[in-house]
Amino acid sequence: MRADSVEGLLRRLAPEVLAVLLRRHSQFDACEDAVQEALLAAALQWPAEGVPEHPRAWLITVASRRLTDAWRAEHARRDREHADFAAVPASELDAPAPADEVPSGDDTLTLLLLCCHPSLSPSSQLALTLRAVGGLTTTEIARAFLVPDATMGQRISRAKATIKDAGASFSMPPDDERDARLKVVLHVLYVIFNEGYTATSGPSLQRRDLATEAIRLTRLVHRLLPADGEVAGLLALMLLTEARHGARTSPDGSLIPLAEQDRSLWRDELIREGSELIAATLPRARVGPYQLQAAIAAVHAEAPSPQETDWPQVLALYELLERVASNPMATLNRAVALAMVHGPHAGLDLLATLDDDERLAGHHRLTSVRAHLLELAGDTAAAREAYKLAARQTTSVPEQRHLERRAARLGAG
Amino acid sequence: MKYMLLIYENPGTREAFFADDKLRAEMNAYIDGLTESGEFVGGDGLADPSTARVVRSHNGVPAVTDGPFMEAKEYFGGYMIVDCDSIDRATEIATLFPPTPLGGAMEIRPLMDGGGAED
Repeated sequence: MRADSVEGLLRRLAPEVLAVLLRRHSQFDACEDAVQEALLAAALQWPAEGVPEHPRAWLITVASRRLTDAWRAEHARRDREHADFAAVPASELDAPAPADEVPSGDDTLTLLLLCCHPSLSPSSQLALTLRAVGGLTTTEIARAFLVPDATMGQRISRAKATIKDAGASFSMPPDDERDARLKVVLHVLYVIFNEGYTATSGPSLQRRDLATEAIRLTRLVHRLLPADGEVAGLLALMLLTEARHGARTSPDGSLIPLAEQDRSLWRDELIREGSELIAATLPRARVGPYQLQAAIAAVHAEAPSPQETDWPQVLALYELLERVASNPMATLNRAVALAMVHGPHAGLDLLATLDDDERLAGHHRLTSVRAHLLELAGDTAAAREAYKLAARQTTSVPEQRHLERRAARLGAG
Repeated sequence: MKYMLLIYENPGTREAFFADDKLRAEMNAYIDGLTESGEFVGGDGLADPSTARVVRSHNGVPAVTDGPFMEAKEYFGGYMIVDCDSIDRATEIATLFPPTPLGGAMEIRPLMDGGGAED
């Protein structure tokens, strides 16, 4: 079996194996370490020796053994330190993993909810989800986030310690908490996706894997909760966004805005899947922000050219989005749609209402949208200054390049 | 998001720092804390400015000079890079920097990154 298909298999089995261990032993940090060691052993052995007949059972057995060894070592250490003999419940720990022990999908969901526990910081939720549910190694996660291994290792062990301290258990949260907790999971998956999607080239290339990984995990959640509209909406949004990836940067690494992208580079199969998913979801589910954003992405994806975009529909969807989940970014996008329907001055008037919003103050997106609308309105000098200001405000190299080019295109000031 | 914390020192702040055992212990605990939280990416102190060299373009040609900057009241003395959730957190990290009472300043600068959203 090829190494990459072994890796795919291992990544798929990782959360299931961890869930089985957690059901038996409940100590998240120790179980997670044991599963990582078992995955590593498999990654070394299977490509050379072949995949065992029951790969999941193999991993459960090896991980359980590692867990036993770790606990014995820990007990032996304590015995030496305290001369306090405590018997290791060997019979329980050594119990072989039955080959037919198939964990239910709910276990994977429970695991995701645990990794996105509210006691964790956002960056810890990301790291832990990628490791415990995604089956990525600490090194891979560190590389994707461009930090040293040691930094990411600390983040993960701290996250595990926090979960332990919070007394969080491997069980489904009560119904009244479940929706709020699932919302956090979806947000974490969305952030992972964006980390990968917005990566462009060069040293960021490995970050691209994060987008693929986020789609894989969201597919998994969608399979477990097919009736949840927001899960379906998020998956559709990711597919429709990812479809544009090949068209979003120019060879020199600067960003190409939606209106200027070569639409023949958009990936039809992803657009079809995303559009069908959102079309099937909207009529039956309670509407939510991911569904609306997916619907907007679908309108853009279905337009053969920017001019042929159904802007009134985009505008209506942004109005709905603001009502469901009011945030200044949605207003900013509505201003663009408004400009396309009612002219640039209508958009600029709406932007003016955002100037006092401290969440957007000094944000390059507000400035760059204003620059764009000023350009549409024919106010070249003001547009050029706004593009230059936005270029100074962004911390993204490709965005800066794009904004500087925009300013230059409007001539010397 | 990664931030660089640029540490500006005064002549004399470092001497005062090394003379103060308690402060040095606090500094170790500070770095340990940032390491343990998974926010510390890296950092170093710089040697004295008198050991520096400067390359500057002179009529388009690079010219090298040694760097006695004795007259400088404040100079770049070291840096830390942290990876944390917001600039507010990075600012908090800077305010907790133990040698601050000795003088000098810290500048918090976001690092440019290679990613970007097209719309």
